[in-house]
Amino acid sequence: MSLIKKTAAELAEALAAGETTSVEITQAYLDRIAEVDGAVHAFLHVDGEGALAQAAASDARRAAGTLKSALDGVPIAVKDVLATQGLPTTCGSKILEGWIPPYDATVVARLKAAGLPILGKTNMDEFAMGSSTEHSAYGPTHNPWDLDRIPGGSGGGSAAAVASFEAPLALGTDTGGSIRQPGAVTGTVGVKPTYGGVSRYGLVALANSLDQVGPVTRTVLDSALLHELIGGHDPRDSTSIDQPLPDLVAAARQGATGDLSGVRIGVITELAGDGWQPGVMARFTESVELLVKAGAEVVEVSCPNFVHAMAAYYLILPAEASSNLAKFDAMRYGLRVVPDGDPSAEEVMRATRDAGFGDEVKRRIILGTYALSSGYYDAYYGQAQKMRTLISRDFEAAFASVDVLVSPTAPTTAFKLGEKLDDPIAMYLNDLATIPANLAGVPGISVPSGLADEDGLPAGFQILAPALADDRCYRVGAALEAALASQWGGPLLDKAPELGSLVEPVETLGGTA
Amino acid sequence: MPEITRDEVAHLANLARIDLDDAELDHLAPQLSVILESVASISGVAGDDIPPTSHAIPLTNVFREDVVEPCLTPEQALSGAPAVEEQRFSVPRILGDEQ
Repeated sequence: MSLIKKTAAELAEALAAGETTSVEITQAYLDRIAEVDGAVHAFLHVDGEGALAQAAASDARRAAGTLKSALDGVPIAVKDVLATQGLPTTCGSKILEGWIPPYDATVVARLKAAGLPILGKTNMDEFAMGSSTEHSAYGPTHNPWDLDRIPGGSGGGSAAAVASFEAPLALGTDTGGSIRQPGAVTGTVGVKPTYGGVSRYGLVALANSLDQVGPVTRTVLDSALLHELIGGHDPRDSTSIDQPLPDLVAAARQGATGDLSGVRIGVITELAGDGWQPGVMARFTESVELLVKAGAEVVEVSCPNFVHAMAAYYLILPAEASSNLAKFDAMRYGLRVVPDGDPSAEEVMRATRDAGFGDEVKRRIILGTYALSSGYYDAYYGQAQKMRTLISRDFEAAFASVDVLVSPTAPTTAFKLGEKLDDPIAMYLNDLATIPANLAGVPGISVPSGLADEDGLPAGFQILAPALADDRCYRVGAALEAALASQWGGPLLDKAPELGSLVEPVETLGGTA
Repeated sequence: MPEITRDEVAHLANLARIDLDDAELDHLAPQLSVILESVASISGVAGDDIPPTSHAIPLTNVFREDVVEPCLTPEQALSGAPAVEEQRFSVPRILGDEQ
């Protein structure tokens, strides 16, 4: 098997066995990026030189017997919403073009402390607002399964990088589904941890009560390995949970044995029906049957308030975002546009925010400003916060009778680029099934469930667990992954187009792509 | 459900400190009306007895020991500034002529 197609766990084993080096692995991924990223556009910035230097340092540590972690030497890509000292961090926005953070996000510092070479920064919808990566100010990412289609969003770059073998691992962030929905439409694995389970320090906030950093990988075990490495308490994030993570790797390994005896699974009644693509539902139903065969007990569970989750989300998110994005004032960092004449600071601010923010960001800032206006606050934001309570209660009631809840991750497979770009509501509907977890703070994973019959494109299977019980997502996810792989005769990504032969090579590395 | 008018969008953009031109106002106002209409279903669903949730994981104030910790140097803090003067952020005038 070629080096780039190995999982992160396999790469770690190959390194341990002395079969390869971190420099060799890192170079192989950089070569792959050079070969296919002109067509995929998963990366906004590739740091070839830095990654190779970190890889050489890892190889030196291995020779000296001073390894820092199980994944020491395995390279990774990082979503461009996470601050990386010395590397550009744009959040997919013109307002941060060229910004080089003077500090690392905690998760980035933990990657460095664990010895993972950082390949570069991945593309995203501007400030993580979107479900298609088309709202990036630097052009969309293309789905490796069909380059005319969206890779999901907002973390389409991270998902596409992993799906097209441009990286074995990536970090994403999930505010309403931005890790899980791209995972579903690209045939990869994505995890949104329990809120507070992974530090948000250095994550440029979209909606701080909903955002979580999480793993983007090709296998459930790789996500568990990465999650353990980035997770755990951080005194720099006051919403960080001060208790140890469950043993996620052990849960993934237990699940992979294929035995789910005694596990109670609830199928969410409300997340199915009209508007759900038949091929997506067919793969979901088959997956549920496989879980039953593995010994799980499956029941249907109603979460009646989930039908209001999207409305609550699109009031809470813009309200928080409009406040968070007020910091882009053209004074301390980022873009400054100076109108003619002798403009005041406020006029500079207005002109900068008009020039620096894209359409979707403006829509959400204005919507948030409206929802927080006196006279509308109780009717909108106040109601949305009450709905959040009701959705959390639905989860509590459900988890009293089942261990995990399941649904398809997204209602459809990847749609065509441009198809929903100017229809915000159609775009928002992609996150129907993923939003409730963010509102309640519970963890969720998306695992590939197969290809839809209509279009041959990947669909995802979502598993949700109670807060702090992230290990259950890994156990059930790994069991499903194992059952499906044995049915398919290998991982789903084996069926993806090779890409390499299809596209023009990119000649240069290291610059902003 | 009050429809959101073009004038209201202009007012909100003003509050949010974004200069929207006429074309943007024409484009955004009807879209915002559609979005508001779709989230309006939420009103009245939760009764007065339902407490609001602002954060999924209930937390009270988190404190740390009052000790000095490493932080950015002045050079680092100013490294992304559009304009710097005498180790300070340099900004345009704050007041108008009449002020």
